[in-house]
Amino acid sequence: MLSTFLFWFLSVIAIAAAIGTITARNPVFSALSLVLNFFALAGLYLTLQAEFIAVIQVIVYAGAIMVLFLFVIMLLNLGSDSKDAIASKLQMGLAIIAGGGFVLMMTRIFMIQLEPNKKQSVLMNGKVEKIGEWLLKDYVFPFEIISVILLASLVGAILIAKKYKAH
Amino acid sequence: MLGAYFPVLILLFLALVIAVAFVQLAKWLGPSRPTRIKYSAYESGMDPVGSARDRFSVKFYMVAMLFILFDIEVVFMYPWAVQYKQLGVYAFAEMVTFIIILFIGYIYVFKKGGFEWE
Repeated sequence: MLSTFLFWFLSVIAIAAAIGTITARNPVFSALSLVLNFFALAGLYLTLQAEFIAVIQVIVYAGAIMVLFLFVIMLLNLGSDSKDAIASKLQMGLAIIAGGGFVLMMTRIFMIQLEPNKKQSVLMNGKVEKIGEWLLKDYVFPFEIISVILLASLVGAILIAKKYKAH
Repeated sequence: MLGAYFPVLILLFLALVIAVAFVQLAKWLGPSRPTRIKYSAYESGMDPVGSARDRFSVKFYMVAMLFILFDIEVVFMYPWAVQYKQLGVYAFAEMVTFIIILFIGYIYVFKKGGFEWE
């Protein structure tokens, strides 16, 4: 089947890109690998019939979040990582805790068995049409509040980053 | 479901083929006789000094933030656009309200000179 093949193909790309992200010495290469990873993930969401998340993955993650990542890299003035940089004990400990937590979570998720009709409703609820209806019919007020929150962050960005001319 | 996205796949494939083909064709077809002078910085140009990865002005950060905010606005337009006909006038009014509130922000940025580049 084509979609099964696509799923595995994209999985391989996603994993390879993820490995590239954490092993690249140059932070900009890391960020670019992450972009590839995001695109592969978007494709994976499509093969899993989650259109909305796939589109959001491209618009928000591959677009906006990556811009932020690149900005952090550039603002922090990172050079290439030197080969002899060894993580401290604290960093290693935190990495083990975070990794362990992730593995635990994933095993828990994989153990979940959905009944067939529930599976169907999950698929239905992920549809863009459904989300649009909810957003503009049942959750109108939160939807409008979002615009106010965005407005607030817009004002915040200007306040923080805009240089005021001396009067 | 996935079949609807097949054109996207074709587009991606074509984009990849064209990008690779043009770069390779230029390499194969074009004569390449590099000399030391050809590789040097152009006449009266400055030799590159230091790393290009310098610290960036916070001005760029502001542009990025504004991009992200309006990017997120688009995210909410997408499900609305897909269901536009079924949702009707009421949803259209909601969307207009949403856009007006953000447009006030746009005017604010404009007035504050957020789009000016000093």
